Amino acid sequence: MRALIVEAPGLFTTVQDLGRDGFGPMGVSASGAADAVSLRIGNRLVGNPEGAAALEMTLVGGAFTFDRPEIVAVTGADFGPSLDGMALPMWTSIEIRQGQTLKFGPSRSGARAYLCVQGGIAVEPFLGSASTHVLSGLGGFEGRALRKGDRVELGAANSLFRKIAISPNALESLQPCKTIRITDGPQRDWFAESSWKTLCGNAFRVSEQSNRMGIRLEGPPISLDASREMITEGVSLGAIQVTPSGQPIILFVEQQTTGGYPKIANVISADLHSLGQLRPRDEIRFERIELSEARSLLIQQEALLASKELIQE
Amino acid sequence: MRKSRTSEPQFRAASDQSLLVYLGEEIALENHQRVLKLIRLLQSEPIDGVRNLHPAYSSLLINFDPLRLDHDKLQSTLIPYLERLDREPLPATRGIEIPVCYGGEFGPDLSGVAEMHGMTSAQVIELHSSPIYVVYFLGFAPGFAYLGGLPEALASPRLETPRAKVPQGSVGIGGNQTGVYPISTPGGWRLIGRTPLAMFRRTANPMSLLQIGDHVRFRAISEKEFMEFGGR
Repeated sequence: MRALIVEAPGLFTTVQDLGRDGFGPMGVSASGAADAVSLRIGNRLVGNPEGAAALEMTLVGGAFTFDRPEIVAVTGADFGPSLDGMALPMWTSIEIRQGQTLKFGPSRSGARAYLCVQGGIAVEPFLGSASTHVLSGLGGFEGRALRKGDRVELGAANSLFRKIAISPNALESLQPCKTIRITDGPQRDWFAESSWKTLCGNAFRVSEQSNRMGIRLEGPPISLDASREMITEGVSLGAIQVTPSGQPIILFVEQQTTGGYPKIANVISADLHSLGQLRPRDEIRFERIELSEARSLLIQQEALLASKELIQE
Repeated sequence: MRKSRTSEPQFRAASDQSLLVYLGEEIALENHQRVLKLIRLLQSEPIDGVRNLHPAYSSLLINFDPLRLDHDKLQSTLIPYLERLDREPLPATRGIEIPVCYGGEFGPDLSGVAEMHGMTSAQVIELHSSPIYVVYFLGFAPGFAYLGGLPEALASPRLETPRAKVPQGSVGIGGNQTGVYPISTPGGWRLIGRTPLAMFRRTANPMSLLQIGDHVRFRAISEKEFMEFGGR
């Protein structure tokens, strides 16, 4: 079977697809790519179904060789990719010859880069998905981040090469943002107007403690009506929960399925991919919008992702 | 029309792709049973566009594809399901016994919990291992069962600073809740013991030892028995 060989794993490289739905009743959250937009586009560029499994690299990329010729695409953050020492363009389909080394360095912008290979990464699915859930050691490649020497098998490829790339306009409109749009959370009225002003009127710094489970933020404390008692309830992807110390945490792709902290707001679906590109120490701001606007923004984004104009020869 | 004997379900948008359905306002067996029945109904007669269900004590978070459903449409589709809850039978319950080695290195907070309540450690163990608990739901992490039925006298506040790593199998108390950590995770509950049983195994069917609705009893075992069970 064709394979990708890990010469250097990078800081934290895992196998991810679009996650597993439907296992919330077992306490298993969806997981999946932190920047699903980049993963989907990468897969389109190599001729895969958009949910095929790929490698997600974090902050510092690795080095990989292939034992057969392959068709690949690199999307997401710019980790300075090179092929046998020559700079490699991103967001485009590339032919790789047997034995060539694809190498990544530290991130120049953003937090996560995706390496998509035609045929996808072939790992045994766990609950219907190839996504790695690192905390529980489930899914992906042996339930863990890749290590030097791992041989990661690839799925069947059609070996048809089309030189295609993302259109510059589409790339521009899908740029990750540092202003994150939010809608009201289920405990919105536990927070006084002044708390909302704190949340939407200040910059918050992404803590070093952030990971795929949650993005911890540092900023002015958000006060809440502490007299109310919260009963643990289901929590959604992108929920902004406020801890007793007033620091917000955004629940991310490897989130817990339920939680006991009140949620002031929730990141809109169309901005979730932006969260995947946040680096520790980045500063973000929040903008409060209506549910109806959140929906139209998602519809626009999906229309662009489905359009012919996304990809050009 | 017949007046429902429980409060009317409440709906609340949690995000642009999820809706919270509240089936009660407190942790109570009756509310749990309504959550359980609603999950069963939604699993046997799925609603088009619903992607995931996150049950909890008295509520259910329904995650949906926002391109195919919206909050209003989902809410109106749910009404007939909710109207059937009172008539729906409960599934048969399973009883599960969980051996626990209390105290020592397995339960570093046992003596603290005892002191907090003016009891001896032995009294805490006796009290914790007496009731039959009900698995209200699995949540937080894979296979993590939230159990109802902790004696009020054992309710203990969460740790000020959660542990970065709680060992697999740890049995803890957080507020008026108790449960077993199926995998090693960060956690803020006070740890009183550890079970040698594997609570979540990917090769098992079902993967989680405990399922929503199960009846659970803890049995105190010695360190020797713990090792004999293959505990770590």
